[in-house]
Amino acid sequence: MSRVKLIMKSSPDVSCINQDALFLTTKATELFVQHLALSSYNKGSGKQKNTLSYSDLADAAEETETFQFLTDILPKKILARDYLKSLEEMEEVDDN
Amino acid sequence: MAERPEDLNLPNAVITRIIKEALPEGVNVSKEARRAISQAASVFVLYATSCANSFAMKAKRKTLNAGDVMAAMEEMEFERFLPPLREALEAYKKGQKGKKEASEQKRKDKEKKNGTENDKSREEEDDEEEHMEDELDADNEGEEEDVEN
Repeated sequence: MSRVKLIMKSSPDVSCINQDALFLTTKATELFVQHLALSSYNKGSGKQKNTLSYSDLADAAEETETFQFLTDILPKKILARDYLKSLEEMEEVDDN
Repeated sequence: MAERPEDLNLPNAVITRIIKEALPEGVNVSKEARRAISQAASVFVLYATSCANSFAMKAKRKTLNAGDVMAAMEEMEFERFLPPLREALEAYKKGQKGKKEASEQKRKDKEKKNGTENDKSREEEDDEEEHMEDELDADNEGEEEDVEN
Protein backbone atom coordinates (compact mmCIF):
# COMPACT_ATOMS: atom_id res chain seq x y z
CA MET A 1 0.00 0.00 0.00
CA SER A 2 2.93 2.32 0.63
CA ARG A 3 3.94 2.10 -3.03
CA VAL A 4 0.44 3.30 -3.96
CA LYS A 5 0.86 6.19 -1.55
CA LEU A 6 4.14 7.05 -3.23
CA ILE A 7 2.53 7.19 -6.66
CA MET A 8 -0.39 9.24 -5.38
CA LYS A 9 1.90 11.76 -3.79
CA SER A 10 3.84 12.15 -7.01
CA SER A 11 0.73 13.67 -8.51
CA PRO A 12 0.89 17.45 -8.62
CA ASP A 13 -1.66 19.46 -6.63
CA VAL A 14 -2.30 16.65 -4.21
CA SER A 15 -1.42 17.72 -0.67
CA CYS A 16 -2.97 15.24 1.75
CA ILE A 17 -4.55 11.86 1.38
CA ASN A 18 -7.01 10.42 3.84
CA GLN A 19 -6.20 6.90 5.07
CA ASP A 20 -9.52 5.54 3.78
CA ALA A 21 -8.90 7.10 0.39
CA LEU A 22 -5.51 5.40 0.23
CA PHE A 23 -7.05 2.06 1.06
CA LEU A 24 -9.78 2.50 -1.54
CA THR A 25 -7.31 3.42 -4.23
CA THR A 26 -5.19 0.39 -3.45
CA LYS A 27 -8.22 -1.88 -3.53
CA ALA A 28 -9.47 -0.27 -6.74
CA THR A 29 -6.09 -0.86 -8.34
CA GLU A 30 -6.28 -4.53 -7.42
CA LEU A 31 -9.72 -4.74 -9.01
CA PHE A 32 -8.40 -2.91 -12.02
CA VAL A 33 -5.51 -5.31 -12.53
CA GLN A 34 -7.90 -8.25 -12.32
CA HIS A 35 -10.31 -6.62 -14.72
CA LEU A 36 -7.58 -5.72 -17.19
CA ALA A 37 -6.00 -9.17 -17.09
CA LEU A 38 -9.27 -11.02 -17.49
CA SER A 39 -10.75 -8.78 -20.21
CA SER A 40 -7.57 -8.85 -22.24
CA TYR A 41 -7.35 -12.58 -21.94
CA ASN A 42 -10.97 -13.18 -22.91
CA LYS A 43 -10.82 -10.81 -25.84
CA GLY A 44 -7.46 -11.82 -27.11
CA SER A 45 -6.20 -14.67 -29.13
CA GLY A 46 -4.16 -15.68 -26.12
CA LYS A 47 -6.93 -18.07 -25.22
CA GLN A 48 -5.82 -20.46 -27.90
CA LYS A 49 -2.23 -20.33 -26.81
CA ASN A 50 -3.21 -20.39 -23.16
CA THR A 51 -0.99 -17.38 -22.59
CA LEU A 52 -1.69 -13.75 -21.92
CA SER A 53 0.63 -11.75 -24.12
CA TYR A 54 1.44 -8.08 -24.51
CA SER A 55 -0.58 -7.76 -27.70
CA ASP A 56 -3.70 -8.98 -25.89
CA LEU A 57 -3.31 -6.04 -23.55
CA ALA A 58 -2.63 -3.53 -26.30
CA ASP A 59 -5.71 -4.75 -28.15
CA ALA A 60 -7.86 -4.40 -25.07
CA ALA A 61 -6.55 -0.88 -24.49
CA GLU A 62 -7.54 0.16 -27.95
CA GLU A 63 -10.85 -1.61 -28.21
CA THR A 64 -12.35 -1.20 -24.76
CA GLU A 65 -13.67 2.22 -23.88
CA THR A 66 -12.77 2.07 -20.21
CA PHE A 67 -9.17 1.23 -21.05
CA GLN A 68 -8.70 4.04 -23.51
CA PHE A 69 -6.51 5.96 -21.10
CA LEU A 70 -3.96 3.18 -21.46
CA THR A 71 -3.41 3.51 -25.18
CA ASP A 72 -0.44 5.79 -24.68
CA ILE A 73 1.46 3.41 -22.48
CA LEU A 74 0.34 0.24 -24.21
CA PRO A 75 0.93 1.09 -27.84
CA LYS A 76 0.39 -1.64 -30.33
CA LYS A 77 3.56 -2.94 -31.74
CA ILE A 78 3.85 -2.56 -35.42
CA LEU A 79 6.52 -3.72 -37.75
CA ALA A 80 8.99 -1.03 -38.69
CA ARG A 81 8.24 -1.38 -42.35
CA ASP A 82 4.51 -0.92 -41.77
CA TYR A 83 5.30 2.23 -39.83
CA LEU A 84 7.48 3.57 -42.62
CA LYS A 85 4.78 2.73 -45.12
CA SER A 86 2.17 4.66 -43.19
CA LEU A 87 4.59 7.59 -42.91
CA GLU A 88 4.99 7.61 -46.67
CA GLU A 89 1.28 7.47 -47.16
CA MET A 90 0.84 10.45 -44.87
CA GLU A 91 3.42 12.42 -46.83
CA GLU A 92 1.66 11.64 -50.06
CA VAL A 93 -1.56 13.02 -48.65
CA ASP A 94 0.27 16.18 -47.58
CA ASP A 95 1.75 16.63 -51.00
CA ASN A 96 -1.70 16.50 -52.52
CA MET B 1 10.29 3.85 -22.04
CA ALA B 2 13.01 4.97 -19.68
CA GLU B 3 13.15 3.08 -16.41
CA ARG B 4 13.06 5.42 -13.48
CA PRO B 5 15.40 4.55 -10.65
CA GLU B 6 12.66 5.19 -8.08
CA ASP B 7 10.45 2.55 -9.63
CA LEU B 8 6.96 3.97 -9.35
CA ASN B 9 5.58 0.57 -10.17
CA LEU B 10 3.77 -1.61 -7.72
CA PRO B 11 5.62 -4.62 -6.32
CA ASN B 12 5.97 -7.27 -8.97
CA ALA B 13 4.98 -10.12 -6.70
CA VAL B 14 1.68 -8.47 -5.86
CA ILE B 15 0.83 -7.83 -9.50
CA THR B 16 1.64 -11.42 -10.40
CA ARG B 17 -0.54 -12.73 -7.61
CA ILE B 18 -3.52 -10.64 -8.66
CA ILE B 19 -3.18 -11.69 -12.29
CA LYS B 20 -2.97 -15.34 -11.32
CA GLU B 21 -6.09 -14.96 -9.22
CA ALA B 22 -7.98 -13.33 -12.05
CA LEU B 23 -7.10 -15.74 -14.81
CA PRO B 24 -8.20 -19.34 -15.03
CA GLU B 25 -5.88 -22.06 -13.79
CA GLY B 26 -2.82 -22.85 -15.81
CA VAL B 27 -2.80 -19.73 -17.97
CA ASN B 28 0.63 -18.27 -18.53
CA VAL B 29 1.47 -14.62 -18.58
CA SER B 30 4.38 -13.30 -20.59
CA LYS B 31 6.94 -11.15 -18.82
CA GLU B 32 6.10 -8.30 -21.14
CA ALA B 33 2.43 -8.56 -20.37
CA ARG B 34 3.17 -8.56 -16.65
CA ARG B 35 5.34 -5.47 -16.90
CA ALA B 36 2.69 -3.79 -19.04
CA ILE B 37 -0.01 -4.53 -16.48
CA SER B 38 2.20 -3.17 -13.74
CA GLN B 39 2.66 0.06 -15.65
CA ALA B 40 -1.04 0.21 -16.44
CA ALA B 41 -1.75 -0.11 -12.73
CA SER B 42 0.55 2.81 -11.91
CA VAL B 43 -1.13 4.93 -14.57
CA PHE B 44 -4.46 3.91 -13.12
CA VAL B 45 -3.43 5.18 -9.69
CA LEU B 46 -2.29 8.49 -11.15
CA TYR B 47 -5.43 8.90 -13.20
CA ALA B 48 -7.68 7.98 -10.27
CA THR B 49 -5.77 10.28 -7.93
CA SER B 50 -5.98 13.25 -10.23
CA CYS B 51 -9.66 12.59 -10.85
CA ALA B 52 -10.38 12.27 -7.12
CA ASN B 53 -8.34 15.38 -6.50
CA SER B 54 -10.51 17.45 -8.81
CA PHE B 55 -13.55 16.41 -6.78
CA ALA B 56 -11.81 17.42 -3.58
CA MET B 57 -10.80 20.77 -5.04
CA LYS B 58 -14.37 21.39 -6.18
CA ALA B 59 -15.42 20.88 -2.58
CA LYS B 60 -12.61 23.24 -1.54
CA ARG B 61 -10.85 20.54 0.44
CA LYS B 62 -7.15 19.89 0.50
CA THR B 63 -7.41 16.30 1.63
CA LEU B 64 -8.53 13.50 -0.62
CA ASN B 65 -11.13 11.39 1.07
CA ALA B 66 -12.90 8.11 0.37
CA GLY B 67 -15.87 9.83 -1.27
CA ASP B 68 -13.59 11.53 -3.78
CA VAL B 69 -12.09 8.20 -4.78
CA MET B 70 -15.53 6.65 -5.24
CA ALA B 71 -16.63 9.59 -7.35
CA ALA B 72 -13.46 9.22 -9.42
CA MET B 73 -14.29 5.57 -10.13
CA GLU B 74 -17.69 6.56 -11.45
CA GLU B 75 -16.13 9.29 -13.54
CA MET B 76 -13.66 6.83 -15.03
CA GLU B 77 -16.53 4.47 -15.86
CA PHE B 78 -15.46 1.86 -13.35
CA GLU B 79 -18.82 1.77 -11.59
CA ARG B 80 -18.57 -1.99 -11.50
CA PHE B 81 -15.91 -1.49 -8.81
CA LEU B 82 -18.16 0.49 -6.51
CA PRO B 83 -20.02 -2.31 -4.66
CA PRO B 84 -16.90 -4.38 -3.88
CA LEU B 85 -15.09 -1.19 -2.90
CA ARG B 86 -17.83 -0.19 -0.49
CA GLU B 87 -17.76 -3.62 1.12
CA ALA B 88 -13.99 -3.58 1.40
CA LEU B 89 -14.06 -0.10 2.93
CA GLU B 90 -16.56 -1.21 5.59
CA ALA B 91 -14.42 -4.18 6.53
CA TYR B 92 -11.32 -2.00 6.58
CA LYS B 93 -12.90 0.62 8.80
CA LYS B 94 -14.02 -2.05 11.23
CA GLY B 95 -10.50 -3.42 11.28
CA GLN B 96 -9.13 0.03 11.93
CA LYS B 97 -11.58 0.58 14.75
CA GLY B 98 -10.43 -2.68 16.28
CA LYS B 99 -6.84 -1.52 16.05
CA LYS B 100 -7.65 1.83 17.56
CA GLU B 101 -9.44 0.21 20.44
CA ALA B 102 -6.51 -2.09 20.97
CA SER B 103 -4.05 0.77 21.13
CA GLU B 104 -6.37 2.78 23.31
CA GLN B 105 -6.48 -0.18 25.62
CA LYS B 106 -2.69 -0.23 25.63
CA ARG B 107 -2.63 3.45 26.49
CA LYS B 108 -4.98 2.88 29.40
CA ASP B 109 -2.83 0.03 30.63
CA LYS B 110 0.23 2.22 30.36
CA GLU B 111 -1.40 4.92 32.43
CA LYS B 112 -2.24 2.38 35.07
CA LYS B 113 1.36 1.16 35.15
CA ASN B 114 2.78 4.62 35.46
CA GLY B 115 0.38 5.33 38.28
CA THR B 116 1.55 2.47 40.50
CA GLU B 117 5.03 2.48 42.01
CA ASN B 118 7.22 -0.36 40.88
CA ASP B 119 10.91 -1.21 40.89
CA LYS B 120 12.55 1.68 39.17
CA SER B 121 14.77 -0.60 37.10
CA ARG B 122 11.79 -2.58 35.90
CA GLU B 123 9.98 0.61 35.04
CA GLU B 124 12.89 1.76 32.95
CA GLU B 125 12.88 -1.45 30.99
CA ASP B 126 9.17 -1.23 30.46
CA ASP B 127 9.51 2.36 29.39
CA GLU B 128 12.01 1.37 26.74
CA GLU B 129 9.67 -1.23 25.33
CA GLU B 130 6.81 1.19 25.42
CA HIS B 131 8.83 3.78 23.59
CA MET B 132 9.34 1.35 20.75
CA GLU B 133 5.64 0.59 20.65
CA ASP B 134 4.94 4.30 20.72
CA GLU B 135 6.89 4.78 17.54
CA LEU B 136 5.01 2.02 15.81
CA ASP B 137 1.68 3.28 17.00
CA ALA B 138 2.50 6.90 16.26
CA ASP B 139 0.32 6.90 13.17
CA ASN B 140 -2.64 5.39 14.96
CA GLU B 141 -2.26 7.77 17.85
CA GLY B 142 -2.22 10.69 15.49
CA GLU B 143 -5.54 9.54 14.11
CA GLU B 144 -6.92 9.02 17.55
CA GLU B 145 -6.30 12.60 18.46
CA ASP B 146 -8.27 13.72 15.46
CA VAL B 147 -11.20 11.59 16.45
CA GLU B 148 -11.17 12.89 20.01
CA ASN B 149 -11.19 16.45 18.79
